[in-house]
Amino acid sequence: MTKRIIPCLDVKEGRVVKGIQFVELRDAGDPVELARVYDEQGADELVFLDISASVEGRKTMVDVVQAVASELAIPFTVGGGINALEDMKRILRAGADKVSLNTAAVNNPDLINEGAAFFGSQCIVIAIDAKYDESIGTWRVYTHGGRTPTDRTVIDWAKEAVERGAGEILLTSMDEDGSKQGFDIALTKAVGEAVPVPVIASGGAGGAEHFLDVFTEAKADAALAASIFHYKETGVGEVKQFLRNAEVNVR
Amino acid sequence: MIGIIDYGMGNLFSVSKALERIGIPYIISESPEELNKTKGVILPGVGAFKDAMARLRETQLDQFIHEYVDSGRPLLGICLGMQLLFEESEENGRFEGLGLLKGRIVHIPDRDANGERLKVPHMGWNKLHFHQDAPVLEGIEDGYVYFVHSYYADGVDKKTLLASADYGVQVPAVVGRDNVSGMQFHPEKSSTTGMQLLTNFAKAMERSEDML
Repeated sequence: MTKRIIPCLDVKEGRVVKGIQFVELRDAGDPVELARVYDEQGADELVFLDISASVEGRKTMVDVVQAVASELAIPFTVGGGINALEDMKRILRAGADKVSLNTAAVNNPDLINEGAAFFGSQCIVIAIDAKYDESIGTWRVYTHGGRTPTDRTVIDWAKEAVERGAGEILLTSMDEDGSKQGFDIALTKAVGEAVPVPVIASGGAGGAEHFLDVFTEAKADAALAASIFHYKETGVGEVKQFLRNAEVNVR
Repeated sequence: MIGIIDYGMGNLFSVSKALERIGIPYIISESPEELNKTKGVILPGVGAFKDAMARLRETQLDQFIHEYVDSGRPLLGICLGMQLLFEESEENGRFEGLGLLKGRIVHIPDRDANGERLKVPHMGWNKLHFHQDAPVLEGIEDGYVYFVHSYYADGVDKKTLLASADYGVQVPAVVGRDNVSGMQFHPEKSSTTGMQLLTNFAKAMERSEDML
């Protein structure tokens, strides 16, 4: 089984936001064009996070999903703005392989059961934003893009989500996110040991060696990164070559 | 023309888009009459075995599939569609399949031979190991394909096992006999390797020859 490398793209009103620095691009904001570049570099999957604030933006996301599905033959996940079974239907029928739920699942955990029953667990990714809390000695779940602390601990929530039918956990460390100091090994390892489904580590990637660490030390099944790929600090192909040299199994 | 069998189970969009990309005309249909006009059919599928078989029986597509295979035209089952080709499944009980291939569908063990825990579903890219030559495998060099499944085919006849992947157990990945074939992974999501596999299926269809 290979370890997966997953670039993440933020999409707002149908356009990719955050600077993407690829010289070969005609239009750095076109999700389809960027998806194609990452596909050619050897990305194993893609995640699109819809950060549109408007209803129109959400509708545009369906067009983006359709266009990406028409162009690409690799799996992709769509997160952001999915609050009901109807939203999942819209995105999955447009051609996405998985949907990722975060705040909506915490607020209404039955949504996980509904989605898994309707589409199967393999379609349902639960995204968890985690931050270490010294007062409770473990990681706490945050919602609303990391703005709102909840009463839930990450380990318990991950377990519950899987029991309800989540097929995968996308785990973002708020402590490491943006630090470029490496993925959160302790967090990723703890969640990986707690649940029987694949865990995608996210937050903190600064270089190829960080991917090696999270795969070998934390036993992550996949690792996600945004800025280091967008700003060409390293490429998907380079990370994979580094991993290959270290005898990590990659495609 | 390829027919994609629409029985309400699974993502027909990605299969049809993959065919468009490699330039193969298709129809999506639930009507045996329409599907019977094609030169090859694909049975896709995502979801539970029991529900899928129930849907095939309700719509009498099970009968159609048998007649189609008897006519000598190629059939390709993908993911759950491949599992349905076998005799039976133990997914949530015990249910009879189409019985076109020998073997039964069982749960992937959650430990490997060394007692190491395995994540189930088997999700992600895994390497194909080839067991015999077949037209459907022509030109496949980089053998990585995308899997998403929790059950696999056990007791598969050696003669019908074309390729497998290792995941604690030997997971039959490409199976087939005569004009019946199946892929446990998703060729439509398996990048250039997957596109080559679908192209090979279409070529076999055009030649109207057996897949083996």
